[in-house]
Amino acid sequence: MARQDPKKEVVIVGLGWTGAIMGMELAEEGLEILALERGPDRRTVPEMKYPEMIDELSQGERHKMMQRPSQSTITIRRDLHETALPMRKWGSFLLGNGVGGSGVHWNGQNWRPQPVEMGLRSYVTDRWGAAIIPEDMTIGDYPVTYDNLEPFFDRFEYVAGISGIAGNLNGEIREGGNPFEGWRSRDYPMPALPVTYNGAKFAEAARAMGYHPFPRPGGNASTSYVNEYGMQMGACNFCGFCERYGCYQYSKSSPQTTILAALFRKPNFSYRTGAEVLRVEMAADGLTATGVTYFDEDTGEEVFQPADIVILAAYQIENVRLMLISGIGQPYDPATGKGVTGKNYGYQITGSTSMFFRDEHFNPFVGSGINGVCIDDFGMNAIDFGAEGFIGGAYISSAQTNGQPIRSMPLPENTPEWGAGWKSAIAEWYGHEMSISHHASVMSYRGHYCDLDPTYRDRHGRPLMRITFDWHPNELRLNAFLQEKIEALARTMQPDLMKSSYKDFDSRYDVRPYQTTHNTGGAIMSQTPEGGPLNRYLQAWDKHNVFVTGAGAFVQNTQYNPTGLVGGLAYWAADAIRRQYLRNPGPLV
Amino acid sequence: MKTVLRLFTALALVAVLFIAGLIWIPVSRTPASEALPADWAPEPGAGEYAMRAGDCMACHTAEGGADFAGGRAIHSPLGTIYTANITPDPETGIGGWTLDQFRAALVDGLSADGSHLYPAMPYENYRLLTEGDIRALHTYFMEEVQPVRIDVPEPDLPFPFNQRWGIRALNWLILTHDSGFNGIMGDKVLDRGQYLVEGPGHCAACHSPRTAYMGQDGITADQPAFLTGGYIDGQQAPALRGPGSVIRDWPTPELTAFLATGRNFAATANGEMGLVVEHSLQYLTDADIIAMARFLKALDGQPHDPPEMTVPRGPLARPAAQADARGEATARMLTESSPDMPLGARVFMDNCAQCHFVTGRGSPEIFPALQDNSLVLSDEITPLVSIILWGATVEGTAQRPMPLVMQGYEARLSDDDIAALTSFLREAWGNDAAPVSPEAVRDIRDDGPPEARQDDGALMD
Repeated sequence: MARQDPKKEVVIVGLGWTGAIMGMELAEEGLEILALERGPDRRTVPEMKYPEMIDELSQGERHKMMQRPSQSTITIRRDLHETALPMRKWGSFLLGNGVGGSGVHWNGQNWRPQPVEMGLRSYVTDRWGAAIIPEDMTIGDYPVTYDNLEPFFDRFEYVAGISGIAGNLNGEIREGGNPFEGWRSRDYPMPALPVTYNGAKFAEAARAMGYHPFPRPGGNASTSYVNEYGMQMGACNFCGFCERYGCYQYSKSSPQTTILAALFRKPNFSYRTGAEVLRVEMAADGLTATGVTYFDEDTGEEVFQPADIVILAAYQIENVRLMLISGIGQPYDPATGKGVTGKNYGYQITGSTSMFFRDEHFNPFVGSGINGVCIDDFGMNAIDFGAEGFIGGAYISSAQTNGQPIRSMPLPENTPEWGAGWKSAIAEWYGHEMSISHHASVMSYRGHYCDLDPTYRDRHGRPLMRITFDWHPNELRLNAFLQEKIEALARTMQPDLMKSSYKDFDSRYDVRPYQTTHNTGGAIMSQTPEGGPLNRYLQAWDKHNVFVTGAGAFVQNTQYNPTGLVGGLAYWAADAIRRQYLRNPGPLV
Repeated sequence: MKTVLRLFTALALVAVLFIAGLIWIPVSRTPASEALPADWAPEPGAGEYAMRAGDCMACHTAEGGADFAGGRAIHSPLGTIYTANITPDPETGIGGWTLDQFRAALVDGLSADGSHLYPAMPYENYRLLTEGDIRALHTYFMEEVQPVRIDVPEPDLPFPFNQRWGIRALNWLILTHDSGFNGIMGDKVLDRGQYLVEGPGHCAACHSPRTAYMGQDGITADQPAFLTGGYIDGQQAPALRGPGSVIRDWPTPELTAFLATGRNFAATANGEMGLVVEHSLQYLTDADIIAMARFLKALDGQPHDPPEMTVPRGPLARPAAQADARGEATARMLTESSPDMPLGARVFMDNCAQCHFVTGRGSPEIFPALQDNSLVLSDEITPLVSIILWGATVEGTAQRPMPLVMQGYEARLSDDDIAALTSFLREAWGNDAAPVSPEAVRDIRDDGPPEARQDDGALMD
């Protein structure tokens, strides 16, 4: 028999970036709010304390901060004909767990999408005609424009504490920033961090080729910072333990450093850890949700938590799974293209070239999550899709985030992978390498989607999420284009040795090597209820008191790291709830 | 011989009579310092505000105990006493105390039955409270605080310090000043600051030196030793005026930020001062914090232009300071990080430099500077070593909600490491204080963390 707890006005599922943002915004309205977090509490001290946190073996390699596959995992297949199998060790992406979610273990790289990415189908059709869009490509226009979202991107950047140089200030292109970016109403809240030697070297080579290098923007503080909530960060000291780790020194933007302590002071906000939401419960008429049922790890029982508003703020994968399990939106069917929930799963494609310089020293242990120099000269708005034969874009960068001994030992080709040969190669090459990589868009396709696995279940008996995804020729052509550009740039730098690592035209999606934790779609926002399960305010079309935040809303993935758009959309949706929904609960569109 | 015997007997008799007098002659209570109209009543909230300004809760609430139910251990070199239950419970608290009895506790250090309070209660300072604040406090404690029935432990003091009549003699020596407030600053705002600092804030209880008989040397602003530095519970309370003043180089807005949030461009409020910010100062109005800061700067003969607010609202980006001329050599040595650098510097690089930086100047409002840091330089090394061993927390406030937690290094650093580290800190960046020995570190480690010492037997069920 399930326990039932006293009703709340709002229940938030997941206490990461968007759960914290929604909690804060709605707490300002005086609503009684409960956030339910599956994982444990995480504070800078003691949970992220030095030196335990920077143990590469336990954190970096064994993913101590992440969701355990035994808690729940996903199954993967590459096409409709394969049988999906469960991932038993994380690889391609890393799912967060606990308070702060992925906002604890990210690098901090923060971007806005380009204006053209928000209206992509129209942009492509207007420029080149609908004929260049492959038949199975299901890209669309976001039901919200860049201009709509600009104030909310800005808000998130000022809350999160982003360092960078504006390249486009109210339409004016500024030296040192990204000239290809969308307009921003004011500069970043903090100046850019200094860059390491590899970045300076890359910038010089890029400039010589006529490109426009700029320091990567992101949430590693370059100064002391105080945000609108009075929350604080201290200047980053380039310790080189960002991604996969919690920051032990308050320098990386995370819910912990920028929102949570302020939120926890609100008497009308509370949260529970060890509370895994199993499903959203529906009213008898099916038009609204009545609350959520969660599993309480402390007591081992199921708890029904009634609420007036349900906000799904878990990671994309868990959000979409909860929607499918709970019947929010019709499940998507790739055979007919009908249905909406699970549609347009997206990812990103990456590739890189390593350069080895016998006489140069890069000190790779000096790093930060955002450290590096980028160019956006091959971004979405700078490529002639008609001429190149693909739709997509990328930013290219030379990063130096860490010199960790297990996973960050780049070696030239044909080096033994163990033994004396490996050891002498390490001695010869450690610290003599820098790389250039691309981070590219992936479009949406009819056959790339999320549904419930017919075979595999989690410990609560719920079906696992099944993802069907593979590389599409469109992205492989984009990848080859980028490889050529990067290698040409790298050759001008005259390294002693070069090693490229890119997918070729036969490559299929491999879940083992880490690529990006930038899973998108499945809960996409749409102009119409037939296009996606959410409207432009992240409100479920068919359950007006359910809102779904996160990258699940992306119609197709952008060429950038998703957090800026995720944060902007959360503030945008919160604004709609505060201004419209609370006054007049019902469909906002 | 006979004469000597007679003289001795006479002296003994005088002493006995004196002591008997101390014990049995009824005490007298100081009357109200001003007459308030018969229908006078405090403004709503005034009592609670005076309680915050007077920081009653910090001492009269045990760790994990009910508000104002007492039982918090106060350690002194003579032994341990436990703070009183000041909830309005008639049996175990102050329920039913008349205004005159309540006032006498504040201004004369007398309990309702005429017995003497231990001078851990800062009645030397509360003696300066206005009659309005005293009455507001009386109303608050009698009518707004929930009664809690709980006995606090008896004091743990050896003879003769457990004889309360001894305090009467002490009071003859220390309670020589008039009750009530006397503003001397010639300005309404500065006088308000003077009042809050002298009276309810009882800053002199820690920041003034002590006389030979343990009274405060400098209770009011007109006394030369006022706020020239003292000690509290094994911690140095630095001078707030004069040549050694820790706040002399702080612009007024940095002082207001420190008082309101426990953090500013260079420092954080640790230990006892952290408690003052947590329980008292963060609840005061901007105007009162600014008045206190301006008074302190004025008292020290420094400029005291009023800031617009106690602490600027975000968003706010403040770069970390570069090393100055005094700190440059240390910063360079640490930056070069030669393998043969001394152990203390090496321990610093491996554990501390991430936040406090090679400049020793930290990052504003979050990582305190170690250069010129009064806690680093103090003769009392326990707080510094204790923070390195067990960490420290600056609690969040409304304007700066994030608790600033420094982790402890108890499990990571040996006594030798910590001795080398603290000795390094005390001479780096132009700092100049004596080295610390591994034995001293060991003794502090053996005593255990401050919370453990605080909690000893303080709670009774």
